Formats: sequence, structure tokens, C-alpha cells
Amino acid sequence: MAGRSANQHQVKLLLLIPFFLWIFAFLLLPAIIMLVSSFQNDGGQGFTLGQYVKGLTHPLYTDAIKNSVILSFVSALIGIAVSVMAAYSFTTFSPKIRDRLLNVSNIMTNFAGVPLAFGFMILFGTNGMLTLLFKEMGLSFLVFDLYSWKGLAWVYIYFQIPVGILLVYPSLYAIKQEWREAASLLGASTGQFWLRIGIPVLLPGIVGTFSVLFANAMGAYATAYALVLRNFNLLPIQIGGLVSGDIYPRNELGSALAFILFLILIIALLINEKMLRLARRGQ
Amino acid sequence: MRTNAGPGSVGRLWHVAVTVVVLAFLLIPLLVTVLFSISTTWESTILPEGLSLQAYANLFTDERFLQAMGRSFLLAVITVALSMLIMVPTIFIVSLYFPRLEKWMQSVVLLPFALPGVVAAVGLIKLYSSPPFAISGTIYILIGVYFVIILPFVYQGIRNSLRSVNAIELMEAAEVLGAGKPTAFVRVILPNIMPGIIVASLLSLSMIFGEFVLANMLVGGSYEVVQVYLYRMLGTDGHASSATIVTFFALVFLLFALVLKIGNRKTRTYVPSDGGKEEPA
Repeated sequence: MAGRSANQHQVKLLLLIPFFLWIFAFLLLPAIIMLVSSFQNDGGQGFTLGQYVKGLTHPLYTDAIKNSVILSFVSALIGIAVSVMAAYSFTTFSPKIRDRLLNVSNIMTNFAGVPLAFGFMILFGTNGMLTLLFKEMGLSFLVFDLYSWKGLAWVYIYFQIPVGILLVYPSLYAIKQEWREAASLLGASTGQFWLRIGIPVLLPGIVGTFSVLFANAMGAYATAYALVLRNFNLLPIQIGGLVSGDIYPRNELGSALAFILFLILIIALLINEKMLRLARRGQ
Repeated sequence: MRTNAGPGSVGRLWHVAVTVVVLAFLLIPLLVTVLFSISTTWESTILPEGLSLQAYANLFTDERFLQAMGRSFLLAVITVALSMLIMVPTIFIVSLYFPRLEKWMQSVVLLPFALPGVVAAVGLIKLYSSPPFAISGTIYILIGVYFVIILPFVYQGIRNSLRSVNAIELMEAAEVLGAGKPTAFVRVILPNIMPGIIVASLLSLSMIFGEFVLANMLVGGSYEVVQVYLYRMLGTDGHASSATIVTFFALVFLLFALVLKIGNRKTRTYVPSDGGKEEPA
């Protein structure tokens, strides 16, 4: 009997081996290689902090980091504001309509990357539908250059919104309709309700979602890459260019920049973890 | 129907307006892409000059597109099949028999979130472009890395359905009735968590069909999948691009509809045992 259960234990452990091997080969080992490589010189030898020094001091790369952080912060901020408003508005509809709205929003999370770049090109490109329409209607002030930072920000905000709605919606359940009624019976206005009760209750969920959106934009590569008419100096674009671009690859510097990006993302995701825990305790 | 959404009809109007504006913003780029795909010429006018389905006729006779679709399909199916074959037993064993490993496993499966494609590609290129493992530029490296990318969703989906069918008690009951562990797993647990497995598979399929960054950086033209094909058409052929996007999105839509259908049936069949776990969708 004892022999049989020890045997069973071994069988169970054996069955776990493929998973561990796979994770090792395609997640852990590449990550370790990247980390090691980031401390090597351009020939892939020795030990040096030079790649990090270069990544954190050379204007090309400091600009890329700065641009990425600003673009991610702005798009996450606007994205979260729109997501919270939209998700809350969704909850005011009947369950059937509400679920349909959520489904539409959820499926639009798939409209990202290259297809999104195309969609925006035919809408807001130089001869885009809305560009021409706005000009025709004399609303030239609405026309913007898609291939500028402002244009790119619009595209980023676009792909943040459905992700934001998906993530923030569950925490909106925390706002109970009875609280609104109670607050309104006690004489609170809508503004006061949101300021004193709604926002504080939602805050952990909002901050958590914000940090996920920030990370989402920091790592995004395909959309900016596919807007081919201009090379945006963003951190992911620089990394991609360094390790697989047409210029001769500089894997070591690319590794250092990738590790910097990884650290920024880890911090953002840890903030989310912490906020989720706070939100759970609050309920 | 909730009647008091905000104080009176001003609140009502506000919520309707927000919903309409946000949905319009989200849907217009897709709808315009659809319109472009069925237009004859649409270059310097506000609306297309005429409508036709020629783009689709061309696309579905284009050898290159069909091959790219075939490659994406093959890649997605192999990856998802391997993932389920390995991950369903793994998650089952870990969550039932090695609870101490579970915490560690949860952090590992979340790691892909902190590794966007462009970061993940850096180490993979270095590791797999030279012997002894020169698989860069082949389907194998994509299978390897897509397995990792879909992990968070696969883990979440299967873990939730194991929890909601109360796998521990099911196993005990089956064993009391004389079934061995392997039999109990195959005959009792698997059929019960099948809806969860299917939902996780469908979501993973649509993720793999939509992945561009790794496909482009690791493999590119030597194994051209549909997103890479799309990228290469983008600057040259708007009709092929838009028709490809619409085809891709129709596929996503189909997979999503299946997920919803199975998800709904699941809630009707099974009563969640621990206070209503959220649906993996």
C-alpha cells in the first residue's frame, strides 16, 4: 500500500515535467539569457554596466524612455477616465442590454495592433474619411496629423478603452444602488456622492486598472510599428530595432533596454496586485 | 429595468450619451475598414465611389493569403492542442496534490504579462538563432512561445472550472466508488471541465491569430502568418489589407460567440460551489 502511493506520487511528479521543461525553455532561459546579455559588451563578452549606462544616458534612448512613459501615462489616464464613465453608464441599462454592451466592448479588445493602425489610417490619414469630412464641413480644427504624437496618442487611447472597461467593470459592482439612494435621502447631491463615497470605494480598482493600462501601453509595439510613415522614438520600437532591425543587431544594448522596460512593467503590475488586495479587503 | 439612474432624466440622457459616444468611437474604425473592403475606389473622396465584393474574390484566390491563413491555423491548433494536453493534467495535479507549488505556479503563469512580445523576443532571438537550437525562423519557435503567451488565460480558465465543479470532492467520490485516479480523472473530471477547456482553447486560438510582434520578429517572411501578411500588404494594397482584417475579425467574432454560448450553458448546468466564481471570459 505504501509502495503504491509512493509510486503514484512519482507518476504525478513525472506528469509535471513537460510543463517545467517548456517554461524553462521558452520563458525562464530566454529571460536569463537576456539578463546576462545585458551585462556584456557589444561583442557579447565580458562583464560591463556599459549597456545600461548607454541606455540611461544616450539622448536617443532616454528620449525613447521618456516618450514611452509620457505616451503610456497620458493614454492610461484618459483611457481609465473614459472606461470608468462608460462602464458605469453600462451598469445603468437593463441586464440584457448591459451584457450586450460589455460583449461588444470586450470583442473590441481584439481590434489592436496592425488592424487598428489600418483602421486609423483610412479614417484619419492624409486622405482619410474623417480628415476629408472635417475639412469639407469647415471643421478643420478637428483635423489632426495621424503620424504625429497627438495622432499616436489617439490610437493608444483607443486600444486602452475596451481593456479598461473589461478590467474596471467588476469593481463597479462595489457601488451599490442602495448607497446612492441612502446618500440622496440624506441630502447628498450626485457630485457629493461620487466625491465622498463612489470614488473612494472605487479607487483601488481604478488605480490598479490604471497601472495595467500603463503597462499595456509601455509594452505595445505593433500599432506604432505599423504606422509606417513615421518612426516614432518609443522604447519598444528601439528594442525591436536593436535586436532584429535592418541595421546590424546590437543584442546586448537591446537586452539592457528590454530589461529596463521589464522592470517598469513589473513595478506597474505590483502596484496593481497591491491595489487588488486593498480592494478585496475593502469589501 | 432600473429607473433611477442618476437623478431624473438628465442622468438617463447622460448615460445614454456616454454609451453611444464610446461605442461609436470603438466601432467606427472597424466599420470603416469593412466599408473599405467592399469599395471599388476610395482614395480622395469622403465616401467610396462604388461597392463591390471584388476584394474578397481576389483575397480568397490569392495563394499567398491562403497559405498565410493555413499557417496561422496550423500554428494555433498545434499550440492549443499541446497546451491543453500538458496544462490540463498539470493544473489538475498541482491544484489537488501540490497546493504549495500552486502559489509559485500562479506567479509563473502571470509572468508573460510582464513580458510583452518585444521584450520576450530579445532573449528568444539570442537563444534560438544559433546552434544547437537554431529554430528561429521556423514554426517551432512560435509554438514554443505562444504556449507561454496563452498560459495566463489557459491557467485561469482551467483553474476556475476545476474549482467550480469541486474537483476534490468529485475525485474522492469516484475513488470511494472504486475508480483509480487516472480513471477518475478521465471519466469524471475531464467531462465536467470540458466547457472550461473549450472556452480557454477558443480564446487562445483568437489570441494566436491576432499575434503580430513575435511572429514578425522571430520568424517574419520565412513562415509568413496572417498578421505578418497583413502588415506587408498594409502599404501596398488597401483592399487586400481591409479584406484580411475583416476576415480575421469575422473569425474572432465567431470564436467569441462560441465562447459566450458555451459560457452561458455552463452557468445553467453547474452551480458554482464557492460563492460564484467569475466567468473566464
